[in-house]
Amino acid sequence: MPKHTFILNGKRVHVDCPDDVRVLWVLRDILSVHGPKYGCGLNVCKACTSHINGKAFNPCSVPISDIKTDDEITTIEGLADTVKGELHPMQEAWLEMDVAQCGYCQPGQIMAAVAKVKQAHAEGRKIGDKDFDEIRNICRCGTYHRIREAILAGAKKM
Amino acid sequence: MTVSVRPGHNAPTGSDDSAPGTSRRRFLGFLVAGPTLVAASQIAVETANPTPAAANVPTGPEPGDLYDLGQLQVLATKVTSNLITVEVHKDGTVSFAVPRAEVGQGITTTMAMLIADEMDIPIHRVHVTLSKARPEFQFNQLTGGSNSVRSLYAPVRHAAAIARKRLVDTAAARWRVDASTLTVKDGVIHASDGRSATYGSLTKAAAASRPLPMTADLKPTDHLRLVGKSHNRIDAHEIVTGRKKFAMDHDVRGALPTMVCRPPTIKGTVKRVRNRAAVLKMPGITDVVTISTGVAVRGRTFGQCIDAVRALKVTWADGPVGHASDADIIAELHKNELPLAVPDVSPLAKTIDLAFTFCFASNSPLETGTAIADVRAKSAEVWACLKAPIVAQQAIADRVGMPLEAVTVHVVQGGGSFGRHLFHDTALEAAEISKKMRKPVKLMWHRTDDFRQGRVHPMATSRIRVTVQGDNVLTYEQRHTSVSTDFGHGFGDLVSSFAGTLPGFNFIGLAQTVFELSQNMPYEYGLTDQVLNEVDMDFVTGSMRNIYSPDVATARELMTDRLAREMGLDPYKFRRKFLKDDRGIAVLDRLAKAGDWGRKMPHGTAQGIALHAEYKGFCATLVELDCRPRTVKRKIEDAYTGPRVTKAITVVDVGLPINPRGLEAQMMGGMMDGIAVALTSSLHLRNGHFLEGSWDNYWYTRQWNVPPKLKVIVMPQTTNQPGGAGELGVASAKAAVACAYARATGRMPTKFPVNHDEPLGFDPLPTTPSVPQSPTNGLDKIY
Repeated sequence: MPKHTFILNGKRVHVDCPDDVRVLWVLRDILSVHGPKYGCGLNVCKACTSHINGKAFNPCSVPISDIKTDDEITTIEGLADTVKGELHPMQEAWLEMDVAQCGYCQPGQIMAAVAKVKQAHAEGRKIGDKDFDEIRNICRCGTYHRIREAILAGAKKM
Repeated sequence: MTVSVRPGHNAPTGSDDSAPGTSRRRFLGFLVAGPTLVAASQIAVETANPTPAAANVPTGPEPGDLYDLGQLQVLATKVTSNLITVEVHKDGTVSFAVPRAEVGQGITTTMAMLIADEMDIPIHRVHVTLSKARPEFQFNQLTGGSNSVRSLYAPVRHAAAIARKRLVDTAAARWRVDASTLTVKDGVIHASDGRSATYGSLTKAAAASRPLPMTADLKPTDHLRLVGKSHNRIDAHEIVTGRKKFAMDHDVRGALPTMVCRPPTIKGTVKRVRNRAAVLKMPGITDVVTISTGVAVRGRTFGQCIDAVRALKVTWADGPVGHASDADIIAELHKNELPLAVPDVSPLAKTIDLAFTFCFASNSPLETGTAIADVRAKSAEVWACLKAPIVAQQAIADRVGMPLEAVTVHVVQGGGSFGRHLFHDTALEAAEISKKMRKPVKLMWHRTDDFRQGRVHPMATSRIRVTVQGDNVLTYEQRHTSVSTDFGHGFGDLVSSFAGTLPGFNFIGLAQTVFELSQNMPYEYGLTDQVLNEVDMDFVTGSMRNIYSPDVATARELMTDRLAREMGLDPYKFRRKFLKDDRGIAVLDRLAKAGDWGRKMPHGTAQGIALHAEYKGFCATLVELDCRPRTVKRKIEDAYTGPRVTKAITVVDVGLPINPRGLEAQMMGGMMDGIAVALTSSLHLRNGHFLEGSWDNYWYTRQWNVPPKLKVIVMPQTTNQPGGAGELGVASAKAAVACAYARATGRMPTKFPVNHDEPLGFDPLPTTPSVPQSPTNGLDKIY
């Protein structure tokens, strides 16, 4: 069976599996990393949103063979380790605004939010309503309003 | 916090503790035998207190005013709620296994608040878990009807109060002082002479060796520190760090990913599997078996299961829905509609008729149907998010052919429910599969199946006839005709025990009972009659958040706006004039002010206002809706834009709000639901199956549909009893959006969601194979 290796949440991992297994299943079913969630497997709901080399991506739609040896994948479990302090400012904002209801979408929401803020800042502007309208992550509990408030709060500290 | 009852305020319906000082605080509880302290409690009986009708043409109390569904549930739990127990551990923590499912409504946080408050301990020392299925709970292990806080508020406080008293009495005995001289702070008992002891140090001595009744007093409401004040979710940290475990996050040894290949029609069945051997050889696959709902495959990863499902060649038998489409169902509903009566009123009275259609909708949460099952020769263990776990346990025991005691059902936290987890479809499938495969399985529904084969909110029509004369509405008749709603989740037991004893009420069928008890008329519309007629059409249906109310209320509120126009009154002023209850008026007034009702709106936009009363609470919503072409025609790839709610305000009075921040969260969610079912989301039935297969087909509210301005106002306490909240926000939100749409466009919408008959905005996925493959171009879309 083909062997794959990459860096996951700061540590190198090795996996034996066929090339076409999507990264989401490598993470969840083979490596038992359960932060990224399955909501559709179609790159629509964005519940699995994680980071690759600091950018947001959806592992449900990436075959493991597309991942290179030195690619760094970060899931929600590893987000806090990318900053000083116990939690990422976005996680802290999420706590302050009491965003989550069932919590299923929230790992993906937080990872997407971080990337969206970095994108806005890289373009030299503050994040706002126009950016929020572009976030495709579903929240079936309807926490969108608090997500927006949390992103604004988290962005101030990023 | 003191109870505030405004002068001239009608006694709230059905609540017996509404006036200050009358709260019955002394009660009887129990100690349960154990090595450390275990306190238990019984529920006090709520009594019905019908409101005399007032002003205008009085509407008599409807069944839903005398006894609402929640009261029925509370009464039904009376027999067994002495099994609500709170346990105090040697490390000073307190644990409580709540006989409910946590699905995002924050029930574990509310329970922790009640216990921490009553016992004077820090909330982080309270550990709330979800009780596994316990048949001895009988009817007291059902999550639904926005009832959890209503039914548990008293017994949980009682159990906590018993525990506190027992610990204080134990310290008093040890120190030979009067218990009344001791105080408690942060789980430490203090004597006036400086001696102190932690709860943890006393719990062994406080334990009972045999069951022991004891009395205690609840704290007066104004001594509560947490109840009534906003508190963040106790599981929030777990959630934001990805540690909160849902069903598929549990590692049960040997339970491998499992999925099911499902039929192309609703409730179709397997006739023949043509290539089982070939699929069994596919990478990662361990098993392929036929089950009652399709063909199950088990493998190393879910992705490989998807591959296997797609490769299966199956000959199917059509399900009972055959190849019907929306139009066929609507025609069948029309055929079954009961005629509206011709009321015996003055010939000078005017009759107004309105008719509405509500399409199929889906309560599919973001987490698809999931369950883990490990069925052995003589025992079975199942993990799933279940709102009626005892019923699930019985069904599973039957399915695997074992006695009830041999089956253990663990209740897992769910990624949303919206009514879906009242049913145990997935848990039952998982048990069947595990038994047939003789291996543990980790079953997960595919997203596409979850929309197409999962439970649905049934299609319905609602016709209203009113007669009006001058300033009075003389009669209001509403006939709601629906594809039948499945209530097979154990509700039947509740109702059959108690329906016969309700005053002036005949047991006329479960769905009609739920309808009668959940619908009430907040306005003085004279002789009021609301009747449900259901038609069984073999769909897989279920209750979706707020059940009948969003549809019934939307019809009612549109008729209300129509009546307002008839009388030349503004919608807010009309409602204010006709509302029966002062609590409703207070909510409406607050809303009109906060929402700047009546402000001038640009052409093509309008405000809408609606009110709903249920679960002993009142909720009113004001929205501003933008129907201008430039808004409606916004182009977002693979998205539905359409009219946008630009501002939304909800004012809610639940009697006694326990956690305002949690309550706001539920109202916000309800508002998103209301917007979705009013404007954008439905299931299209075509040729025997539903077309929608992803969240870019079934358009639940997305960020681009969200009102940029949103506010929830929680009214101060008005009664001593917490009303239900989980579902309350949906109906008035849906209705307000509908009313705003009519005012913005000049056309009253009569079919919902408003976009249902527009040209389909997506390419439906095929039905064979039953699930689509996952894309491979993810790295093209990073940002």
